[in-house]
Amino acid sequence: MSLIDLSSVVAGYGGVPILNGVDIAIDASDIGVIVGPNGAGKSTTLKAIFGLLKVSAGAIRFAGADITNARPDALVPMGLGYVPQEKNVFPSLTVQENLEMGAFVRTDGSGDTLASVYEMFPPLREKRRQKAGELSGGQRQMVAMGRALMGKPKLLMLDEPSAGLSPKYVLEIFERIVAINRGGVGVLMVEQNARQALAIASRGFVLAGGKNLFTGTGRALLDDPEVARSFLGGAKPA
Amino acid sequence: MMQRAGILYLGLFALIVATGFAMGAPFTVRLLVEASAYALIALGLNIQWGYGGLFNFGMMGFLMIGGFAAVFMGMPVSPEFWDSDGPWMLGRALLAAGVGALVIVGAGRLHRIGFPRWLQRTLQVIAWIAAYIFFRTQIDPAIAYIEAGPEWIGGLGLPVWLGWVLGGLLAAGVAWLIGKVCLGLRSDYLAIATIGIAEIIHALLKNMDWLTRGTLTVSPVPWPVPRPQDFQAWGTSIDASFIYARSGYLLLVLVILGAAFFLLQRAYHSPWGRMTRAIRDNHVAADAMGKDVRARQLQLFVLGSALMGIGCAILVSFAQIYDPSSYSSVNHTFIIWVMVIVGGAGNNLGALLGAFLIYLVWLLSEPVSQWLFTTISGWTEAIGWGAIPDITSRSVQMRVFVLGLVIALALRFAPRGLIPEIGAGRRRGEPKQQSPDEA
Amino acid sequence: MNEFVFFLNNVVISGLVAGSIYALGAIGVTLLFGILRFAHFAHGDMMTLGAFITLVLTWILAGMGVSSGLPLAYFVLPLAIAITIVAALGLDRLFYAPLRARGAKPVTLLIASIGVTMMLQGLIRLLFGTGTYSFFEEVPKVIYRLPVEGATRAITFTQPQAVGVVVTILAVIALHLFLKRSRNGKAMRAVADNPDLAQVSGINIRKIVRLTWIIGAGLACLAGTFLALDVTVKPDLAFNILLPIFAAAIVGGVGQVYGAIVAGYLIGFAEVLAVFNWSVVLRPFRDSLPDWVPTTLAIVPTEYKVTVAFVILVVTLLLRPTGIFRGASS
Repeated sequence: MSLIDLSSVVAGYGGVPILNGVDIAIDASDIGVIVGPNGAGKSTTLKAIFGLLKVSAGAIRFAGADITNARPDALVPMGLGYVPQEKNVFPSLTVQENLEMGAFVRTDGSGDTLASVYEMFPPLREKRRQKAGELSGGQRQMVAMGRALMGKPKLLMLDEPSAGLSPKYVLEIFERIVAINRGGVGVLMVEQNARQALAIASRGFVLAGGKNLFTGTGRALLDDPEVARSFLGGAKPA
Repeated sequence: MMQRAGILYLGLFALIVATGFAMGAPFTVRLLVEASAYALIALGLNIQWGYGGLFNFGMMGFLMIGGFAAVFMGMPVSPEFWDSDGPWMLGRALLAAGVGALVIVGAGRLHRIGFPRWLQRTLQVIAWIAAYIFFRTQIDPAIAYIEAGPEWIGGLGLPVWLGWVLGGLLAAGVAWLIGKVCLGLRSDYLAIATIGIAEIIHALLKNMDWLTRGTLTVSPVPWPVPRPQDFQAWGTSIDASFIYARSGYLLLVLVILGAAFFLLQRAYHSPWGRMTRAIRDNHVAADAMGKDVRARQLQLFVLGSALMGIGCAILVSFAQIYDPSSYSSVNHTFIIWVMVIVGGAGNNLGALLGAFLIYLVWLLSEPVSQWLFTTISGWTEAIGWGAIPDITSRSVQMRVFVLGLVIALALRFAPRGLIPEIGAGRRRGEPKQQSPDEA
Repeated sequence: MNEFVFFLNNVVISGLVAGSIYALGAIGVTLLFGILRFAHFAHGDMMTLGAFITLVLTWILAGMGVSSGLPLAYFVLPLAIAITIVAALGLDRLFYAPLRARGAKPVTLLIASIGVTMMLQGLIRLLFGTGTYSFFEEVPKVIYRLPVEGATRAITFTQPQAVGVVVTILAVIALHLFLKRSRNGKAMRAVADNPDLAQVSGINIRKIVRLTWIIGAGLACLAGTFLALDVTVKPDLAFNILLPIFAAAIVGGVGQVYGAIVAGYLIGFAEVLAVFNWSVVLRPFRDSLPDWVPTTLAIVPTEYKVTVAFVILVVTLLLRPTGIFRGASS
């Protein structure tokens, strides 16, 4: 049984659907990466999983339970964490308050998780009393990921975590993602930085026009000449 | 769509005829005159909100200005005032205001001739203060003098229809000033700013006894057509005199309303109208296409306010009394909104229907609730709870509640109004078609 | 010295009282603005409603034969607040929630709040007529006079004014602790900051909306009763102060509770300073002043007090559109 399992999902904002039958399945040990051209439905897939838009056909299962069209505040306690691409912090709340909001649905104490998030992102501990809106882009991304981790998710979904970051930060964020995954959290992310992302991926999905075009291990997709030509900007550099 | 409008108008006609039988012809003609004046005002709001998406919650202010204009033009000349020092003192105050305005505008441009910005700002603030103090030193004694002597300045003794024209012009002028300052605000701030302006105009006209006699009220404001008294003097019976006189008045108002409606329909379908709608639906895009959004919005604001001023000048001269303290936001701003929202914002036919229908509801909910209360009172008396006290005054209040309920229900069940704007795929208030954000 | 006491009575005390009422109203407006994203125009009438509920409860208590040396309003206030909250939640359920569910834009909700204003005003007038009522039919309004050395005048204020200012301060402190310390309070700030992110964090938005109405309506009832105790109870009690309250909410920065408090007091003091007759302060130098100085030296005549809040609002919007505490810009 996969951790998350989308079968033939059709979804959109009312009107013409944006997803026309997407299939995605990953396990808790996987890092799944969704790549594809603009408008392919990458971000929409994550939103559909998270109940932010209407799924009109197909099914989404999480750890065996049907979560098609479930509300976000029901999904978070089940173990789904989601980091949107933009506006992913509460700017006027302090860093620590941002993290606490991630643990809003938890009824058990979240002190241990807070300590481990600070361990993973040391700059956040220093700036915990600072407002999140005053942080740099990379630190904000850390706050956003930390916030999602505070809910102790089984699956962490990231929408373009490297967008707008300097190359140094991109590397750092990807390292953290691998570390999170080693800690037993499944990761499903959308990335524009396709080559770098597929390099750390165990599962890769190429979407185009709201459909799966290629599915395979990250390695296999990177090596596929067709994928490389169409979606990775030419052949793999020697 | 036209069929729907036709049926609704037929229904309205039937309702008016029924009212005629129930309440008598003089009442119904009066209702029609007032409803037509309100229709003119509703068309004004429809230009601002329906065409332009501008949030004007200050109708009361424009209405009061229009009413004042009718009084100022139409009331007889007061020789007492003109023979006194009043005109001279007021003239000096006006001059002081003019000089003050010039100084303020001048101070605003000092940076262009090399003054540093901070110095210019400081001087401008000082200019405002100095101009205000200078104006007060002139106007305060003038007011005291006039109120002690001739009481108020009287009118100009001209035909009252000139007052209607002046009402439109004055309201337009004030709207231009307000629009210059406030139209850049986001919609909800604009609503609050216009409410504030209306409250200030209200406070001014209510307390400027020298100009409007304030709470003492002015009457009788003249009619542009023969009054019932005139018909009676010519030997018509009292009942008939009311019908004839009011019908004459109605005819005049209907001509004005018809002309306004015709011109607005032409404008709506012209390139100008299409552009204003484009700005309303997406002013960022219109701005990017090089359309002068601010200038266009200012046009709409001024034009709509002019119609409001004319409409209320007509109302005041029909009622023959101008009582500044009788104006309130509920009766003179909110009711217009109910008319336009219920009728169908953006559609002149809808605004017209809304105006007549809502005015009918407004007037009729009083006798209907009186009847209702009396009936209930009969029951409560029968079972020994005693009668409902003050039925008459309570019935008057019922209509405010009824209109509030009407607009709340309209927003919920017919958000685009009874006759929606044609071809409006998405209207304000409805969710926009969201687009995928991956582009 | 007399002039100083006069200034204290007419500016400091009056400003504190007006500012407290404005602040309480503006907090509700700014919270609703921040969470529900619309200008709740019916807030003034919610204050009036609260005052009338308090009034009716005092009648009921008096009818049961209860009497006290203190105005009964103090004792029934908690119950009145609870009833006002229930009324506000009912209004939301009936008139605002269906529009939100449809995804209506904030302007539609604003227009709906005009409808609610009319309904509340109509209902209050229907039930109570247009007359004025007083909380001090049975007990006299206690007036404190603190003598000042070297002055013939005394510092004067009424008991409800003192109680009102103290209760306002306590309410503000309680609200501060709630927003900064409690889980729901932080969640409320989070929703005001970024509703979409709050939703994906698992925060139940509906619950936060309810909480917002509870706080807003509770404070509205408090402010309305406080105002009614200071003056009288009448149907247009609070509609007339809608402008200063909204001005305070906007000047303070939309969604910014502390901004609303500061701006509430700012506008309260600005109003009393503007209508204050400054010639009183100049009286000691009366003999040395040139005779062209008029005997009344108020910046604005009292009947035009409404212009003060408006001018502050417009100047703020033109110079710093996000308000002094930089509120939400969208």
